[in-house]
Amino acid sequence: MPDHDRDHAPAVETRALRRTFAAPRNRPGAAVEALAGVDVRIERGEIFGLLGPNGAGKTTFIKILTTLLFPTSGEGRVAGHDVVRAAGEVRRRISLISGGESSGYGSLMVRECLWMYSQFYGIPAAIAWPRVDELLAVVGMTEQAHTRINRLSTGQRQRMNFARGFVSDPEVLFMDEPTLGMDVNAARALRGYVARWVRAKAGRTVLLTTHYMAEADELCDRLAIIDRGRVLACDSPAALRRQVQGGQHVELEVSVREGDGTGLPSLDGITAAWGAPHPERGTRTLKFRLPPECPLVDVLRQLEAQGVRVQGVATREASLEDVFIAVVGRGLEDTEVVK
Amino acid sequence: MSPARADGRPGDLALNLRATWGRMYVRVVGSAREPTWIMSDAVFPALSMASFVLLYRALGAPRSFESLAVLGGIMATYWINVLWGMGAQLYWEKQSGQLQLYFIAPCSRMSILTGMALGGIFMTTTRAIFSIAVGFGLLGVRVAPFALAPLLLVFVVTMTALYGLGMTLASLFLLYGREAWHVCNALQEPVFFLSGLYFPLRALGALGAVAAGIVPLGLGVDAMRQVILGPAARGWLPVRVEVAILAVLAVVFLILARASLRYLEALSKREGRLTQRWQ
Ligand SMILES: Nc1ncnc2c1ncn2[C@@H]1O[C@H](COP(=O)(O)OP(=O)(O)OP(=O)(O)O)[C@@H](O)[C@H]1O
Ligand SMILES: [Mg+2]
Repeated sequence: MPDHDRDHAPAVETRALRRTFAAPRNRPGAAVEALAGVDVRIERGEIFGLLGPNGAGKTTFIKILTTLLFPTSGEGRVAGHDVVRAAGEVRRRISLISGGESSGYGSLMVRECLWMYSQFYGIPAAIAWPRVDELLAVVGMTEQAHTRINRLSTGQRQRMNFARGFVSDPEVLFMDEPTLGMDVNAARALRGYVARWVRAKAGRTVLLTTHYMAEADELCDRLAIIDRGRVLACDSPAALRRQVQGGQHVELEVSVREGDGTGLPSLDGITAAWGAPHPERGTRTLKFRLPPECPLVDVLRQLEAQGVRVQGVATREASLEDVFIAVVGRGLEDTEVVK
Repeated sequence: MSPARADGRPGDLALNLRATWGRMYVRVVGSAREPTWIMSDAVFPALSMASFVLLYRALGAPRSFESLAVLGGIMATYWINVLWGMGAQLYWEKQSGQLQLYFIAPCSRMSILTGMALGGIFMTTTRAIFSIAVGFGLLGVRVAPFALAPLLLVFVVTMTALYGLGMTLASLFLLYGREAWHVCNALQEPVFFLSGLYFPLRALGALGAVAAGIVPLGLGVDAMRQVILGPAARGWLPVRVEVAILAVLAVVFLILARASLRYLEALSKREGRLTQRWQ
């Protein structure tokens, strides 16, 4: 691809991207298909989210695009450069923030550590130091600038890592559960920064994975819902929500007789997600979308017939979680789905 | 500095030099901040050095043997640094998640290893000064004046070969994971012996000397002794030859380090097991 075409190439493009992991030696035969043919195109300037349950393949996807893992087959391009054949060119343009990582050298101060990372991208000192200080302010760590890494709390360490992702001024920023382990306020502030950062300079792009629906909803221009290595839906959060509009979204609080081996009750023709048992009240929540042709009383009767006592009913607007339940067939959090 | 690229990002040379300095900085600064290292890296080696000096003195060995032990003590600290500060380092960095950040960075992996090595040499040199102070100050070891420039040359070549070996070990140890630990432990003492840190290399006999020659430490120490003491050092081979062998070893180890690191990176990308997986 000639250079001028690359400038207009999408930020990320994958074609039939597949990745399998060989079976572990002690369990032969059980090869895992982490990605089963993924086609995604992310334009420059987008904040693109990957939403999926544990083991869906999100991290694998990010690792391939950040040149940490070879695809088994298929193709991936970042800013027009092939992630396998032109890994060096890709690396100059990207960075990766992984929530939960604990990198850095304990004897360095926060400020020095961020500067060090900028050196791995060859940033001249005159640019690096002011940028480091600016980022420290962004993550609210100006006061800790001269604190040693090994004296930071987990959350502070997370915030430093977050800042690290920006020191090289990447074109495409990959974030794998970036707000993992942060308190609500810190997470919200950093989401705000990501949104501003992308808009501040043309061509900046973000690809992030998250388990927080609110994060996906608030931040992403487009979302791909992925499960078992496949993209099941891909659109803007609003458009995705429209898919499940019509009908009511119902949340019941119910008490169930459990432990008699019959499993959780099911509903005819409705995909419902059971929440985990409420420890104090001994109840569970049951979430489902009520089809327009089906009155709520019928559902309540069905439940009653199966020995379920309904203690509370609430209906609400369609949320991303409803989309997720509809598309993936189960909830994202600690839920079990019964069809 | 190499010119910036058309896209405004730094050229390769500038990138790699800065990466080297960035990685080196950790050790330059760290060495000043962690006072406990003084014990393990300076005091203990100085003690074993002192015991040899005193032993030679008690036995009435020629005075030159004492300076030989001082030099041995100093070089021992470099060897410890090569093993634990180079060999085991990538393994540590894998555990901390740091390795993944190096694999994703645009700088060359050799620039990171070079930074580690230069930082290690700097750090160890500050410790060596301690050993020299003990040797010459406390124990009153004396040497006749000698030429500094050849000594420096031999030192530089030895360090290149030694840390080149360390870089190679680093990738090998990464490959073998936890066993690296035991290998590190197992290598420490025999090499002290084989390289004749505290006695002339010649004492090992021809075969032993060849074995020691493979580890650059032995050759380097032997060559440095000859520069300092002249014939009294009872050297194994002429200094010129030893330096030539060291230079060849340096090149071989550097090439080997680069190749094994590449192999390792490719393996990790194929199998997805060398960078940490916590998500
Ligand atoms: N290095 C590996 N070796 C073997 N199997 C792997 C490896 N990495 C991932 N897998 C498997 O591939 C599948 C996808 O994993 P991946 O880490 O991409 O999921 P994820 O969507 O990031 O999940 P999570 O939400 O838990 O982070 C899982 O079944 C996982 O066990
Ligand atoms: Mg993951």
